[in-house]
Amino acid sequence: MENSTLISIEALKKHFPTSGGRFTALNGIDLKIGKAEFTGVVGPSGSGKTTLLNIIGSLDSPSEGRAMVLGLSISDLNVKQAALLRRTRLGFIFQSYNLLPVYTVFENVELPLLLLKLNESQRRKMVMDSLEWLGLTDKVKSKPAQLSGGECQRVAIARAMVKRPEIVLADEPTANLDAANSHNILKTMVRLNSEFQTTFIFATHDDKVISYLKRKISLVDGKVEKDEITGN
Amino acid sequence: MKLLFKLAIKNLTGAGLRTWLNVIVLSFSFLIIIWHKGLLNGWDRQARNDMVNWETGTGQFWQSSYDPFDPFSLTDAHSKIPSVFDTLITKGEIAPVLITQGTIYPRGRIQSILIKGISSAQRVLKLPGELFLKSNDDLPVLIGSKMARDNGLKTGDVTTIRWRDVHGTFDANEMKVIGIFDTNVPSVDAGQIWVPLDRLQKMMGMPGEATILVCGNFDTNGRTPEGWKFKSSEELLKTVTDIIKMKSAGGIVLYIILMSLAMLAIFDTQVLSIFRRQKEIGTYIALGMTRSQVVGLFTLEGSLNSVLAALLAAVYGIPLLALQATKGMSFAGTAKSYGLVVADKIFPVYSLGLVATTIILIMLTTTIVSYLPSRRIAKMKPTEALRGKLQ
Ligand SMILES: Nc1ncnc2c1ncn2[C@@H]1O[C@H](COP(=O)(O)OP(=O)(O)OP(=O)(O)O)[C@@H](O)[C@H]1O
Ligand SMILES: [Mg+2]
Repeated sequence: MENSTLISIEALKKHFPTSGGRFTALNGIDLKIGKAEFTGVVGPSGSGKTTLLNIIGSLDSPSEGRAMVLGLSISDLNVKQAALLRRTRLGFIFQSYNLLPVYTVFENVELPLLLLKLNESQRRKMVMDSLEWLGLTDKVKSKPAQLSGGECQRVAIARAMVKRPEIVLADEPTANLDAANSHNILKTMVRLNSEFQTTFIFATHDDKVISYLKRKISLVDGKVEKDEITGN
Repeated sequence: MKLLFKLAIKNLTGAGLRTWLNVIVLSFSFLIIIWHKGLLNGWDRQARNDMVNWETGTGQFWQSSYDPFDPFSLTDAHSKIPSVFDTLITKGEIAPVLITQGTIYPRGRIQSILIKGISSAQRVLKLPGELFLKSNDDLPVLIGSKMARDNGLKTGDVTTIRWRDVHGTFDANEMKVIGIFDTNVPSVDAGQIWVPLDRLQKMMGMPGEATILVCGNFDTNGRTPEGWKFKSSEELLKTVTDIIKMKSAGGIVLYIILMSLAMLAIFDTQVLSIFRRQKEIGTYIALGMTRSQVVGLFTLEGSLNSVLAALLAAVYGIPLLALQATKGMSFAGTAKSYGLVVADKIFPVYSLGLVATTIILIMLTTTIVSYLPSRRIAKMKPTEALRGKLQ
């Protein structure tokens, strides 16, 4: 945490309307996350991990308190500004990969660059670089349906990394993978983290993931119960 | 926009069978609408040509009492042909026609008819008046093929004809059919016979008189002589064009049914795809697209159906339509017996305007139909779309 702060969360609460009133998923979170961290939000199911990641990712907004991400207050962003933030500076990795089935591996990874309106040669170089980091250069023309789960998640990581975002948010990235693939992917992410100084934030309750974390933020019932630097 | 276009094409073609079903249905609509319109255009063109060539000319002067819908007006509807037209008549540029009522007795039946006198010199109408010149008969007569069929008359047949002259006195004679002409215009064929103008003038005791003057290709200069009224060809064609317009209007029902089917298929696909592709929608948003961009993407995907359909329709439609335009479409006399001006074969006419308006209309409707369900995306929460748990 000696690095500069990228994310600063103060007294953050998130309520969801329910039939019987409202449900408080995040109940007063205070948190700072710095550059190049490899951090995990861990905790039992329903503790609010995904909700927290969604707010950091500007996909959702706080009900109370403040969430500053890369110098921007999430509550104050309009739709376009939030989209711009995600487009330029954030990467997402999902449990179920969320690859576009009709696109090839190359096209899936290229999409974030298309949204950035980069030209063809720039795109090609960045996509190939990214696929190389993930060891996918021989799968360029494959469609997601032709890949294994591990390969799909590697494509998803390539897609998240291709624009070299400052923060990558990964919600249960290993939940659909076997042990070997999980370790493989986590090692890759550790490597990318140190190589590019990209901040990784996980939401997980997978021990395999936890064993790679450098910092573990434990959430219980929407509150930070423990926040510890681990041995890695 | 270019980006959305690229993505939309990819998604659409990637969707496979369902896309192609929609595109095929839509391409049928394109073709049938264009073909049907083309056929009506072809009919309109042919009917106008036939009417101008056989009946109306480029316009007509009517003796002021003449009313084609009132046979009794014929007793008074005759006047001296204005002398200003003498040269035009000799040159064949004006065809004076004298019209009166009469009765014939083909095969012992009584048949009330119109007797029309036309000069053999006229070059305005296609009526083969020159045949009169070859005949030595006392009262040579030309009839149309429908008239011949209806009354069992053949070339060379002789029948009694009765008429009343200018004083109202009955007179009778033997007429001889010297020729039968073929026309698509029933109003110069059914229930009438054509005789030499001078012969009819003599029979009626109306020397130098006519009922109407059919104009050929010359400028009337707005000169309408005393006691005559001018009818432009547009006025004279109005009944025919009205019928065709009515047929066109009837076609709209067909178009609406066709379009509804195609649009229903597209609407259904859109609703389904928005429901099934929630995660994808969430992913687009997570990657930094705004919701309105995603709405645009899905709308574009839907409306591109019509672009693909237009292309597909072009592939199999152009040869088909071209074949029809050269071979024509046979109507085997059905419509003609209803008194419509229909050729045995109609050659469809496809104008650029027709094709363009059809394509634009279909694209517009498709876009609207694609947009309506896509609006839902704008109301989706990205977090819920990502979970794919809506509804
Ligand atoms: N849109 C919503 N409406 C109502 N309640 C919600 C909504 N989203 C989340 N919740 C509730 O908020 C709580 C936290 O949800 P969240 O998804 O953040 O949990 P999580 O820690 O990610 O759990 P898991 O490990 O199962 O993924 C849960 O009890 C959930 O039911
Ligand atoms: Mg979760």
